[in-house]
Amino acid sequence: MFKVVKREEMSEGNVILNEIEAPKIARKAKPGQFVILKVGEEGERIPLTMAESDAEKGTITVIYMVVGKSTALFKTLQVGDSYQDIIGPLGKPTHIEKLGKIVCVGGGTGIAVLHPITRAMKEIGNHVISIIGARSKDLLILEDKMKAASNDLRVCTDDGSYGHHGFVTEVLKEILEKEKIDQVVAIGPVPMMKFVSLITKQYNVPTLVSLNPIMVDGTGMCGGCRVTVGGKTKFACVDGPEFDGHQVDYDELMLRLQAYCEDEKKCYNDFCIMES
Amino acid sequence: MTEEETKKVKKEKISRVAMPEQEPAVRARNFLEVPTGYTSEMAIQEAARCMQCKKPGCVAGCPVGIDIPGFIKLIAEGEFTRAIRHIWQKNSLPAVCGRVCPQEIQCEGLCIVGKKDDPVAIGNLERFAADWEREHGTGALPPKAEPTGKKVAVVGSGPSGLTVAGDLIVKGHDVTVMEAFHKPGGVLVYGIPEFRLPKAIVAQEVNFLARLGVKVECNAVVGRTVSLDELFEEGYDAIYLGVGAGLPRFMNIPGENLIGILSANEYLTRANLMKAYLFPEVDTPIPRAKNVIVLGAGNVAMDSARTAMRLGAEKVRIVYRRSRQEMPARIAEIHHAEQEGIEFFLLTNPTRYIGNEKGRLTGMECLQMELGEPDQSGRRRPLAIKGSEFELDCDLCVVAVGSGANPLLTESTPDLKLNKWGYIEADEATGKTYKKGVWAGGDIVTGAATVILAMGAGRKAADSIHEYLLRGW
Repeated sequence: MFKVVKREEMSEGNVILNEIEAPKIARKAKPGQFVILKVGEEGERIPLTMAESDAEKGTITVIYMVVGKSTALFKTLQVGDSYQDIIGPLGKPTHIEKLGKIVCVGGGTGIAVLHPITRAMKEIGNHVISIIGARSKDLLILEDKMKAASNDLRVCTDDGSYGHHGFVTEVLKEILEKEKIDQVVAIGPVPMMKFVSLITKQYNVPTLVSLNPIMVDGTGMCGGCRVTVGGKTKFACVDGPEFDGHQVDYDELMLRLQAYCEDEKKCYNDFCIMES
Repeated sequence: MTEEETKKVKKEKISRVAMPEQEPAVRARNFLEVPTGYTSEMAIQEAARCMQCKKPGCVAGCPVGIDIPGFIKLIAEGEFTRAIRHIWQKNSLPAVCGRVCPQEIQCEGLCIVGKKDDPVAIGNLERFAADWEREHGTGALPPKAEPTGKKVAVVGSGPSGLTVAGDLIVKGHDVTVMEAFHKPGGVLVYGIPEFRLPKAIVAQEVNFLARLGVKVECNAVVGRTVSLDELFEEGYDAIYLGVGAGLPRFMNIPGENLIGILSANEYLTRANLMKAYLFPEVDTPIPRAKNVIVLGAGNVAMDSARTAMRLGAEKVRIVYRRSRQEMPARIAEIHHAEQEGIEFFLLTNPTRYIGNEKGRLTGMECLQMELGEPDQSGRRRPLAIKGSEFELDCDLCVVAVGSGANPLLTESTPDLKLNKWGYIEADEATGKTYKKGVWAGGDIVTGAATVILAMGAGRKAADSIHEYLLRGW
C-alpha cells in the first residue's frame, strides 16, 4: 500500500497533487520518468509522469487532471488513504546536459512534468526560459515553482485573463526569432507538442517531447503504447516516454488516445451519476 | 514392449475416461473453466488403465521427471492424499501442469497404452490429484530443512520462478520472489485465460509457497526499481532470473498502429490480469468486437480467439500462414476452439491492415500461401502465391505470432551475456549465467516455450543454487 501524505487541489479542483510514500521508487526516480498507479483491486493501471521525488523523505509526487473514472477515484483519496499499487520508476530519464540556452514549454498538467526537468536543466548550468500556458488564469498550475526553476518565465492564457493573451507557441516563436536556442523541451497536450515541434523545426532547434499514450504494463510487454517516431514503431514505456519531437507522428498518437473513448465516457458518466 | 506388456494391451478393454466439459455453445459465452474435472470414480477408473510399465516412457517424457506410474497407482488405490504428495516430490504446481502441459508430446505421447489405444489421461489424473488436495486436503505442508541463513531473490513469479522458490524454501533458504505486476503468477495470471486455468488455482499455488515462508514482493520491476547489484548489496546470496520473454512480436506490415490491433500480450493481460471482461464492473476496458481475426496458431492464439468469442464476437477467425499440421497449439486447444465455432483460415498471410478515417481497423489484405521445402524449424516453409490477394473484414485483430526477449532487465545488467536474439546465455544443465551468483531459466533463456519446460529449467537451477549456497560457485 502506498499512502498519500499530502494532497492539494489546483485548477479549480480539476487538478490534484498527491505526494505519496513510495521509498523504493523515490530512491531511484529521475526527472522524466513515470509510475503506474492503481487505486484498488478493480482499478485500472494509470501511467503518470512524476512531478517530484524525494529520496530522503521516501516520497514521490504526481499531479493529474481528473478526466475519467480512474482519476476521479484517485481524487477521492485523502491524506492517510492509500493507492493499492504503484510501480516504477519506469521509462528513460530525461537526458540532462549543459547545452546553453533552453526553452521549456508546458501546458496543462504537462507543467508538472516539465518542472523537475526545468529545474535540473537550470541546475546543470543552462539558461532556461520557460513558457507555461492554460486556458485561463484560474486553471494555471505551478507558476511559482516554474518561476524559481527558470531564469525567465513567460505565462500565456487562451482567454487573456493573465499574461500573454494567446498560445504558448506564439511566445515561443517570438523567442526563436530573437535569439539562438539550443534545445526546446515541450510537455503538454498532444496538439501543443505538435505545434511546438512544427515551429521549432522551422528554426532547426532540437526538441524533446514527453508522450503519455495508453499503456498497461509499462515494461515493454504489451505494446499498447506504440507510437511512430521517425517512421518506426517505438514503445513509449521503454523507448520513451521522451522522444525527438520532430520525428513523432502526433496525428496517429491523437487517434490512438481515443481508442477507448466511448468506454471511458460511459464509465465516467456512470461513476458521476453514482457519486451524485 | 515386452510380450507381457503387449498381452496387457490386448486385454485392455476400458477406454479412456473423458473429462466432463461445459457444452461448447454455453462455454463459448462464459469465462468458467471448460473441463470440469474427474470425479473420484472416474479418476480411479482411468488410473486402472495404467499398466505400471517397468520402464515407463511417460516419465522420460516429463520435463520434471514425475514418477507417473507411482502416483497413478496411488490414485487407482484411492490413496489421493498420498498421490498428491508423490507428485509434489517433483512438481510444485500440479494443478497448473495438469491443465496446461502439452501432454500429447510429453508423457502421454510416450505412454505404452497409447500405442494401441488412447494413452492414459496422465494430465487429467494429475489435475484430479491436485484438485482433490485443494478441496479435501488437510493443507499440511511438506517438511522444511533447518534455516541455512542464505538469501535468494527470485525475479519473476511465473512457472519457473515459483518452482525455484518452492524448491529452495524447503531446503531451508530465505526466498523472496519479485514480480513486476501487481499480482504474482506471471504468465499463469496475465497470459492463460480463466476458462483454461482459473486464477483462484494460481492464487492457491502461490499461497502454498507463502505458507512455506516464501516472501512475495509485487510491483518490483527489477532493472528499474532495483538492480541486480543492488540486490547483492542488500544481502542476497543468489539471484534467479525467470522474467519470461515479454516482448510482443508484431507483423511489421503497413497499418499496424491502427486502433483495433493489439498484441496478444495486451489483449490477454487486459482480459486475464485486469479482468476487463467484467468491464464496467472493473475499470479496465477491452475492445469488444463483432468480427475478430487472430494472427497465429499457437496456444496464445487459441486463447485469444476463445477470449474474443466469450467477449461476444459474432465471428472469430484464426489466420495462419502454414497448414493445420504445423499449428503449434495443443491439440486440446485447437479442438476446443473449433467446437466453440472459431474458423481457421490456413495458408493465409496478411500483407497490410486497412483502416477508416478515424484510424480504426476495418480489415486486412491477405495472400494465399502454399507449402514449400522444410525450413530451419523442420516445418515446410510457407510461400506466397502470386496474385492471390484478397481482403478479410475485421474490427479487431489480435497479433499472436510469438514474442521476443524483453530488454528491460538485461539492458540494466550489462555483465549478463546475451545471445544474438537478446536471450540470456545460461548453462543448460545448471542455469548458471556469466554473472556470478546469477541463474536464469524459462523463456528469457530459451525464447517462448511451455510452462513445464520453464519449470524444468527452474528445477535444475534450484539444485545448482542450493549447491552453490552450500559449497560455492
